[in-house]
Amino acid sequence: MSSTKERAARKHITNAGTALRPLVFIFALLVLWEFAARHQPAHLLPGPWETAGGIADLVRHNLLLKYIVASLFRVTWGFVLAAVLAIPLGLAIGWYRRAEMAFNPIIQILRPISPLAWIPIAILWFGVGDLAAIFLIFIGSFLPLLVTAANAARNVPDVHVNTGRNFGLGPARLLYQVLYPAVIPQLIVGLRITLGVAWLVVVAAEMIAVNSGLGFLIIDARNAGNRYDLVVAGMVIIGVIGFLLDVGMRSLERVKSFRWGYSED
Amino acid sequence: MLVKESIAIPALKTKLAVENVSVTFKRDGKNMPVLENINLEVRDGEFICLLGPSGCGKTTLLNAMAGFLSPTSGEIQVDGEAVRGPDSRRIFVFQERGVFPWLTVEGNIGFGLFKLPRVERERRIAHYIKMVGLDGFEKAYPHELSGGMKQRLEVARALAVDPDMLFLDEPFGALDSITRLVMRGELLRIWEAERKTIIFVTHDIDEAVQLADRVVVMSARPATIQQIVEIDVPHPRDISSPHYLELRDGIFRQIGLAHQI
Repeated sequence: MSSTKERAARKHITNAGTALRPLVFIFALLVLWEFAARHQPAHLLPGPWETAGGIADLVRHNLLLKYIVASLFRVTWGFVLAAVLAIPLGLAIGWYRRAEMAFNPIIQILRPISPLAWIPIAILWFGVGDLAAIFLIFIGSFLPLLVTAANAARNVPDVHVNTGRNFGLGPARLLYQVLYPAVIPQLIVGLRITLGVAWLVVVAAEMIAVNSGLGFLIIDARNAGNRYDLVVAGMVIIGVIGFLLDVGMRSLERVKSFRWGYSED
Repeated sequence: MLVKESIAIPALKTKLAVENVSVTFKRDGKNMPVLENINLEVRDGEFICLLGPSGCGKTTLLNAMAGFLSPTSGEIQVDGEAVRGPDSRRIFVFQERGVFPWLTVEGNIGFGLFKLPRVERERRIAHYIKMVGLDGFEKAYPHELSGGMKQRLEVARALAVDPDMLFLDEPFGALDSITRLVMRGELLRIWEAERKTIIFVTHDIDEAVQLADRVVVMSARPATIQQIVEIDVPHPRDISSPHYLELRDGIFRQIGLAHQI
């Protein structure tokens, strides 16, 4: 009994150790960064202490939350709009082989065009403002989601569809009792990766098309007074939020009825 | 004597009739005949094995019987009605890959029971979980089960909708030889309890002779029926009895295999 407990305790310590390791590593990097920043010949990069001061400055001026919310707002709209349109269309394309043959060439031509190449057109159509940025995020998210959904639908095994028909499911039931559960694990992976892309695009879009948000913060801090502490502060916040978004999407992959799609066997 | 006959007659009722069925696939613009002029009558409650070499078209015939594929010519009838598509009275059991990985054991067995009221649905789920020996695994997902358990789960899901017929496509092909033997016993036990008409595709001669009332021996592609062998050995079968061995060796010879290695 006591030995089981001991083993459990040891295991617990090991787990805590594993969880602590990245934190220790980050701390070590911060120390190294601070040291390097203090000994640089010219002021090329603010150190972590200065950056923290920049973040504190943003908080003091009530800008931090405002910019984060502005960026998240654009990403949410662009991403959700893209998901709502691209997923059903993609599923339909993957489901009907003829549709895929028709759509595939145009998808493959549009795909290599960076969403940033659309910036001039976005501004021409929507002016400088939220709509232009949302449009860019939409463009950046739409095709990846379309391709993911089409692949997911194409990969539904015939066995499952035939089983559904065999048990007398009509089209509606077949859709939500077979097609939907069969594609959801692949869709979640696609959504997670695409959300990362959308978060990349929003920063670029905000540098050009709007005057709020984390991307705007970075470009504005440089233009308005070479406040590189704010530039790096913006970068750090973008990184942390991107990380949190990914963690949030990853937690979906642990839902029990989705997990089959990620198991090794 | 008269009484005995009146019992025997309904048991001889034709359940499924395959009439002059041919299937031709088109591949690269060429016609590929898969099935040629198949004729077969299956009685109600009968256990039939379709036996033949891999790729000979057994599965194609089974797909046509189940309504997943319409024959190029000829007709298949069930209870005197032409088969037009799949039907929940006739359930196709794939290898264990047919279970839904996103549903639990309970969810899989209940899959075809959406038309039933909740209480009846739960009663049936419990009944068939018990029948196939999956008690204690109600909430488990397929990836937590062994191959044999998944196979039993799929059979339970099929039985739960109370079909007249089961189509089994090499259902035990992916199992290890010990599990396969156990599963054959289980299937016979279930068949004897429920008396469904079963069409069972296999390329395993022993399996066919152990299970079937009649073994339909098919030729290589394009498949024709070479011979229909009646296995008149009562269950449980003594698989070392002279008559059993005689029937089995007859099929070995029919397929062109010397019974020696």
